[in-house]
Amino acid sequence: MSEKHHIIPVWFFVGLMFLIYGILIFASGLAEWANPPETVLAELHAPVWWGALLILIGAGYVMAFRPRG
Amino acid sequence: MNPERMISLSTVDLAIVAIYFVAVLGIGFYLKRFAKSGEDFFLAGREMTAWVAGLSFLSANLGSLELLGWAGASYQYGILAAHWYWIGAIPAMVFLGVVMMPFYYISKTHSVPGYLQLRYGPAASGLSAITFAVMTILMSGVNMYAMAVVMKVVLGWNIHFSIWVSSLTVGIYVAAGGLFSAIFNEVLQFFLIWFGALLIPILGLIETHGWSGMVARIQQNFPGQNFTHLWSTLGRFEDNPMGMHWTGIVFGLGAMISMGYWTTDFLVVQRVLAAKDIRSAKLAPIIGAFFKMGVPFIVILPGLLGLAVLPFHLVPESAAQAGQHSYNEVLPLMLARYLGPGLLGLGITALVAGFMAGMAGNVSAFATVWTYDIYRPFLRKQAADAHYVAMGRWCTILGLVISIGTAYVAMGFASIMDYVQALFSFFIAPLFGTVLLGMLLKRVTSVAGFLGLLAGTLSSIGMFVLVKIRPDMVSVIALSSHAKAMAEDMYRALWSCLICISVTVVVSLATKPKPEAELQGLVYGATAIPKEEGAGLFKKTIFWAGVAMGLFLVLQWIFW
Repeated sequence: MSEKHHIIPVWFFVGLMFLIYGILIFASGLAEWANPPETVLAELHAPVWWGALLILIGAGYVMAFRPRG
Repeated sequence: MNPERMISLSTVDLAIVAIYFVAVLGIGFYLKRFAKSGEDFFLAGREMTAWVAGLSFLSANLGSLELLGWAGASYQYGILAAHWYWIGAIPAMVFLGVVMMPFYYISKTHSVPGYLQLRYGPAASGLSAITFAVMTILMSGVNMYAMAVVMKVVLGWNIHFSIWVSSLTVGIYVAAGGLFSAIFNEVLQFFLIWFGALLIPILGLIETHGWSGMVARIQQNFPGQNFTHLWSTLGRFEDNPMGMHWTGIVFGLGAMISMGYWTTDFLVVQRVLAAKDIRSAKLAPIIGAFFKMGVPFIVILPGLLGLAVLPFHLVPESAAQAGQHSYNEVLPLMLARYLGPGLLGLGITALVAGFMAGMAGNVSAFATVWTYDIYRPFLRKQAADAHYVAMGRWCTILGLVISIGTAYVAMGFASIMDYVQALFSFFIAPLFGTVLLGMLLKRVTSVAGFLGLLAGTLSSIGMFVLVKIRPDMVSVIALSSHAKAMAEDMYRALWSCLICISVTVVVSLATKPKPEAELQGLVYGATAIPKEEGAGLFKKTIFWAGVAMGLFLVLQWIFW
């Protein structure tokens, strides 16, 4: 993003946040799998697949925009 | 449900919120080393790509107050609320990118009052700078208070804790990294809001078996009312819940308020001025326009789904009794309905991020306008660049301290938010007339610019006061006694802008214009605008502007 300042691209930070949040949400979804919360459509286990999606996007961004050199 | 709060957060939710605070502070400290010069601190070094500038441009307006307020408005008024995201934004964003951005960028101005200084001189610039600074800081405080109230109602958090923790965090990261920090956190917030809120419409549509199932349930819950059509109910003021006529939406919202806000409000324009070159600056608002068209999916649709699936009816804020929920609580209610531990933390983090990014946007714009448009021209003209950067950092802190004071004052006035928004609109609509005429017509003179802006602002205030004293005058100003507050805002903006334009034109004809040589880089016809030659079709701004407008028209047709 920056040629003058060599700043780490903002996309890296976005990816890092998504990766951390994805892991937390995915793990919490697995932990409550057998005993889901009392929310509507809890049987769809949204935290598991949403957490997995965040991990995928986050990992992709971190890999693509990681600081080099 | 605990009567003291709507939602209880688990440990993983709290960890997600805490990680966000650590991350924004960490990013602020990391960026501090890059914000050394005035251009770095106030304009992020003018090196943002079109994507970063575009997302930041959009995010500066995508605060949590917006999300909660418009989700509540969609529960109250139905899909009519989407007008504020479509006709109330898309044409203006495209207009900014295609027509106005070249002048802002080529003039190398640091702000909108800065452009007025170059085009009209210190009187018009000073008036707009002072008004903008006061309004921005007032808005920041009121937003801060609104956030604290939401956190109290939704999570049961202490109001003082919310105000001080969020302000200190914003103060530290903006004072450290300037506009770099504000923009980085706005981009981060953009992603958090989308991924924090997107599950609500997805799960909601699964529950209602799609759009048609949702419409059927709304008709069952609210028989005889039309919540799902965008234009077909706007033929008469009394046919829709907003008390609105299509002329108010098209001419008041689409042509005046929206154009004024998206093209002259420095809070959003500052993000585009940080772009690395003129092509990025022109493309950034167009990129923002595409995402803006999608925002109703995460804001308006949850409100409509609330009409369909909530087992009770929400009520106006003023009428809410114990045990009842107000319209503005529809988004938190939907969060609590569908999201369990982890996802709930992400949703709440998205709201907190929205509030903090909004606050950061206000204080960074305030610091720039105070330092460059008030302090430098009127108080200390010749100082070293480092002095102005230091002033910007102190202004950030000072702006937040004043905002905190305003937040506490706001606690004493339940309806202050309405008044502040009205005050803000007084200034925006006439300013659009002044800036647009200045950019398009060489004949417009300096004194005409100032007097037009003054006349537009004063007439807008005058109309507002008149309706407060004589409520029956709404039938004159908004053309119908059935018009409600929202419609009155639209027509007041329209008249004040037309008054500004009329005064500017008449005074210009009676006064002497600037020589053309002094208008180079500022006015159409006196400025060589670089052509996008050589770039392929898919890289041309005008192509993407056309695609955005085409998509906008398709949406109007689908939801007609």
